[in-house]
Amino acid sequence: MNVADLGDLSTTLVWGAATAYTVALIAYTLDLARLTEQAGTAARRARETAHTTVARTVAVGPARTGGTGTLTPRRTAPGGGALPRRTSKARGIARTTTILGLSLQVVAVVLRGIAAGRTPWANMYEFALVGTMVAVVVLLLVLRRRDLPFLGVAVTGLTVLALALALLVFYVQADGVQPALDSYWLVIHVGVAITAAGVFTVAFAASVLQLLRSSRERGSAALSRPAWRWLDTVPGLTELEALSFRLNAVGFVLWTFTVIAGAIWAEHAWGRYWGWDPKEVWSFVIWVVYAAYLHARTTRGWAGRRAAWFVLVGYSCVLANFTLVNLFFAGKHTYSGL
Amino acid sequence: MSIYRPEGIDDSYTNDGATPTPPPILPRLGFRGTVRWVWRQLTSMRVALMLLMLLAVAAVPGSVLPQRPVDPAKVSAYLVDHPGSGVWLDRLGAFDVYASVWFSAIYLLLFVSLIGCILPRTRAHLGAVRALPPRVPRRFDRFGAAGGFTTAAEPRVVADAAAAVLRGPFRWLPRFRVDVREEDAGTWAVSAERGYVRETGNLVFHLALLGLIVAVGTGQFLHYRGQAIVVQGRGFANAVVDYDTFEGGSGFDPASLVPFSLTLDDFTARFDPETLAARYFRADVTVRNPDGSERRESIRVNHPLDAGGAKVYLQGNGYAPDVTVRDGAGEVAFSGPVPFLTSDEVYTSRGVIKVPDVSAGEQLGMVGFLLPTALETSPGLWRSVNPQPNAPLLVLSVWAGDLGLDDGIPQNVYQLDQQGMTQATDAAGAPVTLYVRPGGTIELPDGLGSITFDALPRFVALDLRHDPSLAFVLAFALAALAGLATSLFAPRRRVWLRAKPAGSGRTVITAAALARGDDLGLQGELDRVLDGLPGAGVVPLAAEAGDITDNGDDLHDDDLHDDAVTAPEANR
Repeated sequence: MNVADLGDLSTTLVWGAATAYTVALIAYTLDLARLTEQAGTAARRARETAHTTVARTVAVGPARTGGTGTLTPRRTAPGGGALPRRTSKARGIARTTTILGLSLQVVAVVLRGIAAGRTPWANMYEFALVGTMVAVVVLLLVLRRRDLPFLGVAVTGLTVLALALALLVFYVQADGVQPALDSYWLVIHVGVAITAAGVFTVAFAASVLQLLRSSRERGSAALSRPAWRWLDTVPGLTELEALSFRLNAVGFVLWTFTVIAGAIWAEHAWGRYWGWDPKEVWSFVIWVVYAAYLHARTTRGWAGRRAAWFVLVGYSCVLANFTLVNLFFAGKHTYSGL
Repeated sequence: MSIYRPEGIDDSYTNDGATPTPPPILPRLGFRGTVRWVWRQLTSMRVALMLLMLLAVAAVPGSVLPQRPVDPAKVSAYLVDHPGSGVWLDRLGAFDVYASVWFSAIYLLLFVSLIGCILPRTRAHLGAVRALPPRVPRRFDRFGAAGGFTTAAEPRVVADAAAAVLRGPFRWLPRFRVDVREEDAGTWAVSAERGYVRETGNLVFHLALLGLIVAVGTGQFLHYRGQAIVVQGRGFANAVVDYDTFEGGSGFDPASLVPFSLTLDDFTARFDPETLAARYFRADVTVRNPDGSERRESIRVNHPLDAGGAKVYLQGNGYAPDVTVRDGAGEVAFSGPVPFLTSDEVYTSRGVIKVPDVSAGEQLGMVGFLLPTALETSPGLWRSVNPQPNAPLLVLSVWAGDLGLDDGIPQNVYQLDQQGMTQATDAAGAPVTLYVRPGGTIELPDGLGSITFDALPRFVALDLRHDPSLAFVLAFALAALAGLATSLFAPRRRVWLRAKPAGSGRTVITAAALARGDDLGLQGELDRVLDGLPGAGVVPLAAEAGDITDNGDDLHDDDLHDDAVTAPEANR
């Protein structure tokens, strides 16, 4: 089998992974629907046993985390409470297909690297491929300890979208790179940047969930409909916030490293460590927005909902940095290969 | 102990559901009061947050609009295309955003705010790291993590054992700061705190950012950079006049340039055979040091050369056709390589040959293209199909007249000022186009002379840069990264333990732990401490629960007024 065949095989495997993730997306959605149903049943039961406090039945997740106090749900949704950890067929399928998709994707990335004879992250197609792979790994790690089908829906949904976009729009043949990219910094700088983006993706999903749940608890008309009942079963706001923060903290440190490594590489390749190239500008903007998020978390009156909005803004900037900046702004980072 | 906190920071040990106190009605402020108020506002969290957001927003236009320091030609083009808005944008500094007044104002205010916040915090922290851990609260039942059991060991022994476990195996690097004291008769209490390094990391991060901006500024002040085009077989000397462009910071002294010289011996370029995309560039050079010693080096993209305390980067390359022009009298009027600028990936290169020193007649100018591998795609239409010089061809049009070089106005060497010149035409009035191959000589029209295409050497564009602050910039950046990671990932925890005699030689141990912010490992930490005590795991606490939770006293500890009080479901 020659090198070009390996590249083609890699592409086929990516299609396979995208298909597996689509199945997983459907399964996660079904699981979410089931959760909604269960929440409805729980709500009915709660109404029947009126006035008994549901608030004390805690324990979403393992008892130990429930015991650390800060994770204890403080505000319990009307008629909500939380449900014991469930097992469901849909969840099993979702998990299996996600792992299957991930395995296919890992092989695809490795083959792509062999076919191109270099690190497999040097153009937009490969960024999308590896970035989604990281996001799925983080998703699986997070879901190992938590029952959050919404996170599965959000992350596999974004992954399928990104992979489809990559295959249909960003695709380029596996090939070598221009001299400026021919450096071990490609492995470090771009690898860490993609990892950070993957981590930010899952954190983004957690923050969206936090905002949805908090809106429902505040009596938002749109989110009070029965279809959103599943929101009562997700972990409490505090735990969602904590999850998002922990991921964002990791993402932020990785991003800081990305910027520093990028500056060192720029010094080597272009003779200046910082030159306000569009990509540098947007990396800076992302860094500042997530820094603002970390500050907002510890500012009175800004923690919680407001801080979560920063995550949404920050993630939009990550996406803009990946798409808009690569495709529409001329700069030294236009390595999309398109 | 009053700990300095910036206005508006909510950085306490987890404080559940506490309502902020309403702002008091303030008396009128005098001048000093106003200054103090402004300073407090500037150093408050809320203003810092707003400045951060402003900074993010203010940085965006620089990526959308063309920027002068990056590409002045694009800015000029934009101004021509947008005569109305362009002028206003220019006045607002939108074409040099990162040096504009408003952008500078934002980040300077941010750094003033940072200094105002960080310096007092550093002072407070230096005090805090010397202070004892907070006193043991009366009651443990309202803490997130709690535990305990009954043992046969003496309270004093238990307390010392707990202190040993908390301090960890290294005396010089204790995990917890521990305070052991006797409370009432026979009851021993241990209070411990870890994670001072978290605040240390936070301060290091912010101070390193401060250092970073100072280092960057110093670099701007002292740096210099110059660009030079060097043709194969030729060289340049490291002196301001030898550069094509040169700029230095206001603190740069031209006399400080180390007078080395550099010769381009050879240049290697490799391209992908199918896509023709660039794959490998290498410039082999000889560096001649001021002391006369020589060394052979190669410069590649990503592998700059160190010379004379500066770095030499390979930034571009192209062809410099070596031509000889004879004037109408047959005298050699010009001879040498002329760099042609590459415009695409097949190295279609554009350039101008200016011949001012003719012995008689008008000055000559030739404008045209060099095609490294020329192919006639249709009659009279030539284009390059490969970046390598497989079949080079010079395609030139000829102008005669006044080149305008004596006007004293600096001219672009890659452009012909056609104002004082007329183009040579054939009998039918159509412009004459010359096609010259290497080794060939062609007569110029109208008896203007001849041109010989002698050879096709390559040239490289070198970028030479010296910035003495680089090491500092890197050191501060890495310090910031380390501080950031520490401040985000190092847990900050307090552990309290009380060993109380319960009669008949038994000791009831109760313990609790508290974390700043959210902390998954808190209960585990407490469990580890308890597991390390004498008699651990013998009698579970549940059997003795009555002894502990009913101490009766309300929480009144000073240190705890802002601390976590959470729901009582945590026990072992």
